[in-house]
Order: sequence, then C-alpha cells, then structure tokens
Amino acid sequence: MTTPDTTDVLVRSLSKSFGPRRVLSDINLELRRGEFVALVGASGSGKTTLLRMLGGLSAADEGEIKVPQRRTFVFQEPRLVQSSRVWRNVVLGLSGDAGSKDVAYNMLAEVGLAGHENDWPATLSGGEAQRVAIARALVRRPQLLLLDEPFGALDALTRLTMHALLAKLCSVYAPTTLLVTHDVDEALFLADRVFVLRDGAIAQELVVSTPRPRSLRQENSAMRADLLSHLGVTADVLDGSLGSA
Amino acid sequence: MKAMSIESSQANALESPLVLEVKPRKRYWTWITKSILPILILIGWTALAKSSWVPSLTMPSPWGTVLELKSMFGNQNLASNIGVSLTRAVVGLLFGGAFGFVVGLFSGLTKIGEELFDATLQALRAIPFIALIPLFILWFGIGETPKILVVALASYFPMYINTAGGVRNVDRKVVEAAKTFGVERLALLRQVILPLALPQILTGLSLSMVVSILALVAGETISSQNGIGYLLLNSQAYQRNYEVFACVVLYAIMGLGAAAIVKLLERLCLKWREGVAVR
Repeated sequence: MTTPDTTDVLVRSLSKSFGPRRVLSDINLELRRGEFVALVGASGSGKTTLLRMLGGLSAADEGEIKVPQRRTFVFQEPRLVQSSRVWRNVVLGLSGDAGSKDVAYNMLAEVGLAGHENDWPATLSGGEAQRVAIARALVRRPQLLLLDEPFGALDALTRLTMHALLAKLCSVYAPTTLLVTHDVDEALFLADRVFVLRDGAIAQELVVSTPRPRSLRQENSAMRADLLSHLGVTADVLDGSLGSA
Repeated sequence: MKAMSIESSQANALESPLVLEVKPRKRYWTWITKSILPILILIGWTALAKSSWVPSLTMPSPWGTVLELKSMFGNQNLASNIGVSLTRAVVGLLFGGAFGFVVGLFSGLTKIGEELFDATLQALRAIPFIALIPLFILWFGIGETPKILVVALASYFPMYINTAGGVRNVDRKVVEAAKTFGVERLALLRQVILPLALPQILTGLSLSMVVSILALVAGETISSQNGIGYLLLNSQAYQRNYEVFACVVLYAIMGLGAAAIVKLLERLCLKWREGVAVR
C-alpha cells in the first residue's frame, strides 16, 4: 500500500462483527496530517468501535489500519487513577524528564487547571476531571489524538468552554484528530471534515469550510440541517411541527 | 402512602428538603460515641460480678481483672509470654499473609492463576486445621513450627480472597486507559492496580490478623511451655478463673491493636478516598 507523505491515518476495507451483529462493514478512511475529523452517528452506529480499533484497543476482523506511533486517547469518562494526584495522572506512564513535575504543571496550566496539581481526582468536578484527561493525552505530543465523545457527560455550559479549549489546544499542538461525537454543533465547530456513520458504513462526508478561528456564535444552519438530516433528524423535527398535524 | 398529585387547585405545601450531606462531627463527640458501648459492657460486667447470680470466685470485676493482670506481670512473667505469642502470631501472619497476597495477585490478575489456585485454595480453607494440631505435633514436634504453621494456614485465606477480589474489581476502564498511555506490567501493578485494590487488601489484612490471633490460641493450648495460650490453659486447669479473664482481656486488646494497625495503614495509604465529591 503506497500512501502520500501527508497521510496519517489510512483504513482499508475494515470490518468488525460482535457475534452475529455486523458493526462495521467495509470502512475506508483517510486522514491527512494535522486534520481534525469528526465521526458522527447515532448510538450503536459503530463509531466508538472504529475509534477503538484505530487506537489498538479492539481488533479488526478484516481490513487494514495504518496509524502513526504516538496515539493518545480521551475517553468519555475521565478514567483517572483515583489513587494518584492530578499531576501524576497527567504524566502517567511517562518517565524521566518527559514525566517530570514541571511538564505536568505546565500542561495543567494550559488546560486551565493551575492550582489543582496536587488535588485528588475524586475532588474534581466533571469538567475539571476531563481537562486532566485532555492534559494527559496532549502532554505526550500525540501524532494522532483519538477522542471518544469526550464531552458527552458534561453539561451544556461546560461543554462550550471545553470546545473552545480543545480548538485552541489543537491549533497549538496540531495532532491529527479523530473525534467521535453525536453532537452536530460540536462537530461543525471543531472539525475540518465530518463523516456520518450509519449502519456500519460511512454514509456521508461533509467538508466544513468555515474559516478558523471559528466563533461559537456561528449558526451554520444550512450545514447543520444537512448533517442532522443524515442522522435521521428531519426538518419537521427541527421546526417543532412533528406530530402537530 | 397516598398517591401524590400535582394540581394547581391544591395549596402549595412547601418544605425544606432533608439534607443528606453528612456534617463533620466534633472530635469529642466521636470519642463519646466510641466509648458508649465499652462503658455499658464494663458497667454490665461489674454489676454481674458484684451480683449474686455468679459466684464471685468465678468472675472478677473489671478492676479485679486489672489487678490480676498486674500481678501476672510479676509472678507469671506475662511480658515475655506476650512477646512469645506476638512473635508467633506475626511470623505466622507474615508467611500466611504473604502467601495469600502473592497467590491472590496471581489469581486475580490472570485467568491461568485463577484456574490453577482458586478451587484448591477454596477446598483447603474448609479443612479445620485446628483439629489437625495433634498431627502437626507428630510431624513437626512441639517446637515453634507447628504453632506458626497453624497461624499461617488459618490466616492466608482472608488475604488471598480479598487480594484476588480487590485486584479483579479494579475498574477495567482505568486499567485500559493506563495501558493506552504505555503503563504496562510492573508499573501498571504498582501505579494503578495495587493502589486501587488496596482498600480491599487492607480488609483482608485486618481479617487475617484477627484469624491469626484465634489460631494462635488454639495452637498454644496444645503442648506449649509459654505464650498466652499456655497461661490460659494452665489457668483453666487450676481453676484460676481470674487469670482466665485476664487472658481473655489480653486477647481483646490484641484485637484492638490489629484494628488500630489497619486504621493507621488506611490513613496513610488511602488519602485519595477522603473528600470524595459526590456530583
């Protein structure tokens, strides 16, 4: 398989079944270096499975996956080690200079958690814990950043702040990023391209051409309606006229 | 209970919600609460000892027991007997606890470990080793070996079952996350699995310590020349009931000591559990 130098993620004819249930069938995917791609789909559409396979957490049944070496994950839950202080969680698994206290402190400052370095994870709010998880993922300077609905469990207000934070951090660190989400606005704000996953296949690809830095105020209403319709949310639902006829 | 209905015609009966959050209690209240039951027991004990229900020769009052203990320090060499017993308990516990811990780790972490050990250890624990002490004496003589062996055999199991369970119950999602960040093998064990399993491992230690004291009594009551169990047996044989009580109190104090050690370890090692936010 020959790939151009700028390709960071390459997926060919990927399939996966859980027992009799075929979750993904014949997926083809290519991500350019530094690109931010969002993968949207209804729950059960196989998006988390695809992400886990890219990260090496699940095995594929068929097909080929090429990813860069340094990959990091942000999960839906923070998944912090409760028995380690916040800064130790950030440099978990790193040793030597890369895992020093300074490195952790600097990274925590970047995600807005200066002053929380010595807290126990159990004392953090949901948003704070997820910031630690993001710091833990970025402190390793990943070539590929895999995000599995990282803000799904957060409240709407915290989520907005986190969107802005993630956009800023991704522009600084510029990893190739794959974000799994069911939040259409999140996808449109953060991503360069959006893939819609339906019934285990990529049903639609959408290029988000809005220039960066983007504003959270932007409506994108045409693109939003388009994307939602691909996810099975039709105009009459959006207009609130469903069932009123 | 009547079904609740929210209707606009009803007058709004409002109430302040019951607050679930537990307020920190004052230190002196904690001590008062802790001492209520022991004080009641002491009062009941004193009343019983002074009453005509039990012959006063068979039951000393609490103060009488203290005096008895004091005299035993003088004429029965109590200090050295306590030392001998504690040494046996600690050495037996070290062997049994270490065995339970290591095998528990293996069994909790790996499928093959569980398949190799679990069924056999579950079967072995049902054997009443205390009943086999006469055999141990035949095999190992009357020295320290059979006593330490009984303690070890009795104390490995709580440690084994709690270590295996604790390790098995560590949140797999956190373990998976740690693995994605390159934490493997020994580092994973040391940084993630053991600290998170520690609460249950300490429960195992606490149970093992108590069981080791129980096994020690049994071990020492057979063909010993020293130790608290030996004193207890002698006192029984010569109907020195006050001494029996003194020995019982000594065992109770050892139990308290075991609990205190675990409390201390929890305070030192489980700081991360304090101040947990519920939200």
